[in-house]
Amino acid sequence: MYISLSDRSGGKGEKPRGATTALSSEVPFRLSPVILWLGLVSMVTDVSSESVTAILPLYVTGFLGLSTIAFGFIDGINQGASAIVRIAAGWAADRSGHPKRIALAGYGLSMLARIGFLFAGGFWAVAAIVTGDRIGKGIRTAPRDALITVSAQPEHLARSFGVHRMLDNIGAAAGPMIAFLVLLMIPNGFSTVFVVSLAFAVIGVAVLGLVVPDMRADGLRGIEANSGAGQTAGSPKQRRRLFAFSWSHLREPGLGKLLISAGLLGLLTIGDGFIYLVLQDRDSFAVQWFPLLFVGTNIVFLAFAIPLGRLADRVGRVPVFVGGHIALLACYFLAAAPFGGLWSTVGCLILLGGFYAATDGVLAALASQLTPQGKLATGIASAQTVVALSRMTASAGFGVLWYAVGAPTAMVAAGALLACAVVAVVFILPGARPKLANE
Amino acid sequence: MSATFTGGRLRWGILLAVTAVVLAAAGIYAVGAYQRFEESRTAAPSVGVTAGQPLPDVPFVLFRNTAGGQGYGNAATVPLSAPGGTRAVSEQPCDRVYGTGSTVICLKTNRGLVTAFEAAVLNRDWQQQRAWPVPGIPSRTRISADGSMIATTVFVTGHSYATAGFSTATEINFTAAGSEGSGNLEDFALIINGERLQATDRNIWGVTFAPGQSDVFYATAASAGRIWLVRGSLSAKTLTAVHDNVECPSISPDGTRIAYKKNDAGPLTAHWKVALLDLATGQETVLAEKRSVDDQIEWLDNQNVLYGLADQNVPGDSNIWKLATDPASQPSLFIPHAWSPSVVRE
Repeated sequence: MYISLSDRSGGKGEKPRGATTALSSEVPFRLSPVILWLGLVSMVTDVSSESVTAILPLYVTGFLGLSTIAFGFIDGINQGASAIVRIAAGWAADRSGHPKRIALAGYGLSMLARIGFLFAGGFWAVAAIVTGDRIGKGIRTAPRDALITVSAQPEHLARSFGVHRMLDNIGAAAGPMIAFLVLLMIPNGFSTVFVVSLAFAVIGVAVLGLVVPDMRADGLRGIEANSGAGQTAGSPKQRRRLFAFSWSHLREPGLGKLLISAGLLGLLTIGDGFIYLVLQDRDSFAVQWFPLLFVGTNIVFLAFAIPLGRLADRVGRVPVFVGGHIALLACYFLAAAPFGGLWSTVGCLILLGGFYAATDGVLAALASQLTPQGKLATGIASAQTVVALSRMTASAGFGVLWYAVGAPTAMVAAGALLACAVVAVVFILPGARPKLANE
Repeated sequence: MSATFTGGRLRWGILLAVTAVVLAAAGIYAVGAYQRFEESRTAAPSVGVTAGQPLPDVPFVLFRNTAGGQGYGNAATVPLSAPGGTRAVSEQPCDRVYGTGSTVICLKTNRGLVTAFEAAVLNRDWQQQRAWPVPGIPSRTRISADGSMIATTVFVTGHSYATAGFSTATEINFTAAGSEGSGNLEDFALIINGERLQATDRNIWGVTFAPGQSDVFYATAASAGRIWLVRGSLSAKTLTAVHDNVECPSISPDGTRIAYKKNDAGPLTAHWKVALLDLATGQETVLAEKRSVDDQIEWLDNQNVLYGLADQNVPGDSNIWKLATDPASQPSLFIPHAWSPSVVRE
């Protein structure tokens, strides 16, 4: 009745993850139920958070009668805080050896924040709740990805992340729809949206707490499931000595190069909002369809998450990660092109969704395959933090360029720089060339 | 199979129970909320109303009706002589309204799976003449005195993927169909101390049209945490800073003074006082209202201003308050259960 863990090969603990990864075709893919459950946890949690995110501006301005301008500041602060918390949570997950407990704390904090919405009145209450939710998200991401890594077959790591990201994005797409459906039925039914959101958050925490086993990030099986555990790489004593600041990972040759590459590419990843604005500006389609651009990107992301994960396992994760940025590059140029029209817009959304599908889960897979034993969550958190911070910088910088030289020129300039960065990354990252049948 | 997981059956039972309980609770809450909404929608209005009337003869006050019951959220009018009396409630739901004797601009939210926002021009029989989509949540709107120009400000909202955060979009459109509007005023040249500002993080909001001048308007401009009152020119496509820290300007009927909200706290802990600026002398007067006023102030006449304040105790309800321009004057309730006042004199 309970999930079987027998699909994880015992050999994983004996060699560094991914260093000598077998070709995916040699090992039949079996989806670990843990990953399915973690995907479901993310799905219901995303329904919970995205339903509130989608209606929050309407609630704050239209219902509470407050200005939203200050939320811009809060959001910026939160993103920075979330990035820092993420590394701390990754470290705590590695240090304790119980990533599930840290992830549970993160999901739990977000759930508690949702309870606050039922009583929220003023701006500060809403800001505090949103901050709590964001920090919860920062805490849970890396330990959860560490759990996915230890649950996945190493040969199918990217594909496993793809399964998780697909489920995650189904939730992200469904959340706003549920929220707007509630408001369509009950125009001022914000409290109903908050109650529904809380219900999904509780389900997410319950599934994580009750169904997902407490696995060790270094490959140790959970206490409840240790009957089938194979040889382990590090004794608890060793693990304890391995805690370190994330910066020390820069000294790990593989991960350091990945962090540098991801940071470099992140610095040239301008916010989606800018791409949508360019598309809207050029095609001057009705502004009411603006939200559909987000939805379109999301659907492409969830559709391609598994196929691109499979591809990454087959030809190598680095080529797919780099390839995703080439798709982004193409998206920039297509958006900046003087010709417009529906197909060009759809093409941009496919490229953008493809970019996320080829980079989001694949980055986590890459980071975990390059991270030494016992530092798994910290390694994943470091990579995700580098990407988040570099993209924040990119958005700010691109804003300046946008105004200075105009949208299409700025887009082409960002594309040209991204092309240079892609070429640089091909030289920095080992294994950038696709694997052929024989390595 | 569950041998490796002590108490597995129990855990599954708990999970099923938790899921069933929270889904049922949310469902019951939603059904209850829907029933309460249906009741309030069909309930008799909580204030005296008449329905199906065209715009009354001037002078009158146009506003958004927030009294519970039928007609909640719809545009409504009261004669200026009896603001607290029976209101004529239209069939048009509007988040923000503004008008002249013959034209009403109505910013509204069209709910749906893709929630959209729209600006609609209505005639004096509340019939829609023109409409165009606006890119966010309605915030402010104004019509020039002759009814030819319409200014709209909306909040463009972020999304979890878009890190740009919150910003405003402000446009000036012509009432007559077919004429090209100003586009987003963010694209106008912003001139501070004689120099053109290059920064991109600019926001423009809260347009007010100068009476009797077809090209001149005032608005708020913000960049890098600084806020200015700007004088705009439609023909030159410029915004020129004329004063600091003036938000949501509203020019008096005689064109000599600007009423605005002045933040006397930090950018995050905003507390807006009602203030007046004498355009000729540059002298500022802060009025006695102690509550934070987050609205574009409206002039009742040259000596009194009006503004909306959300009701702290009833979510979704608000009241319109009146305050004399004398700094010693205290606010008084002008129209209860109302929002977005527009005083129509001619």
